[in-house]
Amino acid sequence: MSMEQKELTQTPLLKIWVPGMGSSLGQRRGSSRPQFTNCPTMIVMVGLPARGKTYISKKLTRYLNWIGVPTQVFNLGQYRREVVQTYKNYEFFRPDNEEAMKIRRACASNALKDIANYFTKEQGQVAVFDATNTTRERRGVIISFAKEKGYKVFFIESVCDDPEIIEENIMQVKLSSPDYENYDKEEALVDFLKRIDCYKMSYVPLDEEKDRHLSFIKIFNVGSRYLVNRVQDHIQSRIVYYLMNIHVTPRSIYLSRHGESELNLLGRIGGDTGLSSQGQKYAKALAEFIRGQSIKDLKVWTSHMKRTIQTAEALGVPYEQWKALNEIDAGVCEELTYEEIQATHPEEFALRDQDKYRYRYPKGESYEDLVHRLEPVIMELERQENVLVICHQAVMRCLLAYFLDKTADDLPYLKCPLHTVLKLTPLAYGCKVESFYLNIQAVNTHRDRPTNVNVARKPEEALQTVPEHL
Amino acid sequence: MPRELTQNRIQKIWIPSKDDRPSMPRTSRGGPHLANPPTVIVMVGLPARGKTYISRKLTRYLNWIGIPTKVFNVGEYRREAVKHYSSYDFFKSDNEDAVKIRQQCALAALRDVKNYLTEEEGQVAVFDATNTTRERRDMILEFGAENGFKIFFIESVCDDPNVIACNILEVKVSCPDYQDCNKTDAMEDFKKRIECYRMNYQPLDPDQYDKNVSFIKVIDVGRRFLVNRIQDHIQSRIVYYLMNIHVQPRSIYLCRHGESQHNLQGRLGGDSGLSTRGRKYAGALAKFVEEQNLKGLKVWTSQLRRSIQTAEALNVPYEQWKALNEIDAGVCEEMTYEEVRERFPEEFALRDQDKYYYRYPSGESYQDLVQRVEPVIMELERQENVLVICHQAVMRCLLAYFLDKSADEMPYLKCPLHTVLKLTPVAYGCKVESISLNVDAVNTHRDRPEEVKRGPSTLIRRNSVTPLTSPEPNKKPRIEGLDDPIIREVTPAQLTLCSASHTTLALSTQNLKICSIECHEPPQLCL
Repeated sequence: MSMEQKELTQTPLLKIWVPGMGSSLGQRRGSSRPQFTNCPTMIVMVGLPARGKTYISKKLTRYLNWIGVPTQVFNLGQYRREVVQTYKNYEFFRPDNEEAMKIRRACASNALKDIANYFTKEQGQVAVFDATNTTRERRGVIISFAKEKGYKVFFIESVCDDPEIIEENIMQVKLSSPDYENYDKEEALVDFLKRIDCYKMSYVPLDEEKDRHLSFIKIFNVGSRYLVNRVQDHIQSRIVYYLMNIHVTPRSIYLSRHGESELNLLGRIGGDTGLSSQGQKYAKALAEFIRGQSIKDLKVWTSHMKRTIQTAEALGVPYEQWKALNEIDAGVCEELTYEEIQATHPEEFALRDQDKYRYRYPKGESYEDLVHRLEPVIMELERQENVLVICHQAVMRCLLAYFLDKTADDLPYLKCPLHTVLKLTPLAYGCKVESFYLNIQAVNTHRDRPTNVNVARKPEEALQTVPEHL
Repeated sequence: MPRELTQNRIQKIWIPSKDDRPSMPRTSRGGPHLANPPTVIVMVGLPARGKTYISRKLTRYLNWIGIPTKVFNVGEYRREAVKHYSSYDFFKSDNEDAVKIRQQCALAALRDVKNYLTEEEGQVAVFDATNTTRERRDMILEFGAENGFKIFFIESVCDDPNVIACNILEVKVSCPDYQDCNKTDAMEDFKKRIECYRMNYQPLDPDQYDKNVSFIKVIDVGRRFLVNRIQDHIQSRIVYYLMNIHVQPRSIYLCRHGESQHNLQGRLGGDSGLSTRGRKYAGALAKFVEEQNLKGLKVWTSQLRRSIQTAEALNVPYEQWKALNEIDAGVCEEMTYEEVRERFPEEFALRDQDKYYYRYPSGESYQDLVQRVEPVIMELERQENVLVICHQAVMRCLLAYFLDKSADEMPYLKCPLHTVLKLTPVAYGCKVESISLNVDAVNTHRDRPEEVKRGPSTLIRRNSVTPLTSPEPNKKPRIEGLDDPIIREVTPAQLTLCSASHTTLALSTQNLKICSIECHEPPQLCL
């Protein structure tokens, strides 16, 4: 019995072995791990207003996109705001307001149409339908729609009856909504509470018994309890895990690179050297900065590489080493300068500029690989409160992209200079960033994308954006 | 002045020099925040609800990811105290003598839990008993508070009579209690036993009584979960794990890529293609897979050429995982062992000293590999029939997880080329069938050298993982020192063992046949 062995070739960018000439990737996806999503999934939010639905929708979407699952939020409120240009008051939401009901139903229908479009025309994989969806009837419409199209449905219901939390939510995100542009704070609060009441009357929560055939998670009181029913697949399991790890306790995450290293000075990438004298100065400055911040219960994390550990040592506090925080592995290009890479691997150098996110160094890693490697770090960062992460340029870019919702295209070019601490504080639906340059000189290691990324380019064109070094 | 750093020789981890105080607490072995305080996982549920199954599986997982965990099964303590089980009457709530004994057993087990967590560096203890009354659970909560242990309850609730009957047949009927019974009688007695508990059963109440207690209720074998007040990382991981496991019958097939060019030359690592024999193996594997006639088989490979070439021969879709790539031998990549010994004699010796923790310079260790491979294990738990085509070190890691092997044993597990291991969950453990596909190949296995001096004990890092075999339950009598005298004489119980041997499998290369079936089933345990 003869077995015809198709020749394998390694795709030049992703370094993935595929049968045939390798030009058409076909079904072979290039990432480090299987995606496990064949069927598009609709995540349907459920809950009264001010229960954190939009907060969860946005955060979850950010996470899914970061791990490589194309996801988009469809917020019904926005559809409504487009149709009904000015919001008058809560009366729009009264259940007996027939005209408004018609409009709201039409908006829902349009949103569903857009979701179908997102799945079929835009290669979306997950759509988050962010609306109250508080009636069984509305949920029935969605389920039928999904069944017809062959989409999976997963409900996320947020249940909260703590008046303090509700009021806090309203203060944080509702009062600044376009709806309340012309209201003063007190009036807005009163109106919004009346709005919630309009929904309360017809609210039918997901029921353990009646809805036992549906897949859902019910979140009680901002995560103190969860009810999880019929998780169907990998992505739903990941979503549940993520939701159970996030919290809303105020805290800050500090991201910084190691102090300037000896290889940094020489313009060499990778390696495992120690700090230069400037780098050591930075470590001390960092210690002082941290002391000045008076952070409660700060956790400090480093990689397994000497330069981050040396930096942490100067802080004089316990720190934890994560191998997952190690710098991107440049494979055969480890410890080379960009000039040397251009001289010895000009094609690789050009490919990298063509698609820096997906480009994998020969025998090394890509940014995409890095993201998967870092996922447990992100998960633990979500669980934690105040943390200082001392890491490396590519790693820091990945982490930053997660917090600031940057795309794969932007990620490899985010600016993460040496000797600068980024302080990230969650705020409303996003993240506040404060940048602290600790005023210790360091080389610049940031290389912008050059104009010419063609493999046939001249060396000068390739090296156009290489920063200065010794 | 910043302290000098040195890289410890085996793990290649940078630490402050020996003459300084270490900066990090040395206590923890597993992931973050597991050191203080230790956790007691308390099972809750009527008999035959899968408590012991969950206890053992969870313990196996936690040990594999490096968290020292041990099961304390109260039923076993009872079997030691009460020499001979007569009938379900023992479990009647009005049987005063029996109630006393059972209480003493629970206390004895808790004493051992305390000892394990405080004196033996255990981090998680799984208290496997019905714990169906509030009274008993309150007692445990108090015990936890007194000793500074966190308490996490896992309740298994199931009312499907088919599932219960199935459980009873699979693990109860063959239990030591029913040695002298026939199946029907055993089944009858056990059902009556369950009724004894049912009358006083007070399930966890998330709304009132237990609203501040940390727990997960597993309903109908994982159809639904109620999760209350997760306190920390380990509880979150436990919940995630429990939500991913299932009990559908299925098999996991592990094998390596076909023999590669580098294998022929005795070279480590690299990314070479298959040799002629390797290609022959791929063909044989295709035939084997076809003959197994599996429902919905998933095929996974690494991203290295040799495993993909092997999968290509199967002519079915397959998924590539970078996480399944062979261990990175760093500076030793593509060398032969002789070349390594010549160029890096010290490294060569260090590796033999502690093969699990040893990290190749600029490379990885088995310890790193476990962490890398953990998401694969999690997904394997979710899946049903899967064929994993990987590499020697990776396969050893996976195998160690399924067969509950320690860090010490893992790097020496035998995973020869051209041999498929078929793993099928059975009762509380895993059945292993080793199938040689009858295609010759080089032997790539290096045994543990005889005269190996163990170096200084390696530093156990947080976020590094140290698989430990789940500890064997204590067999010696341990109900001494309690106030009330025991009614009957205390002697060790006879434990049914399926097979305790883990000797090398003799591989026949004559015919394509199943060479040996090793039943890896730890002692039967029940309440």
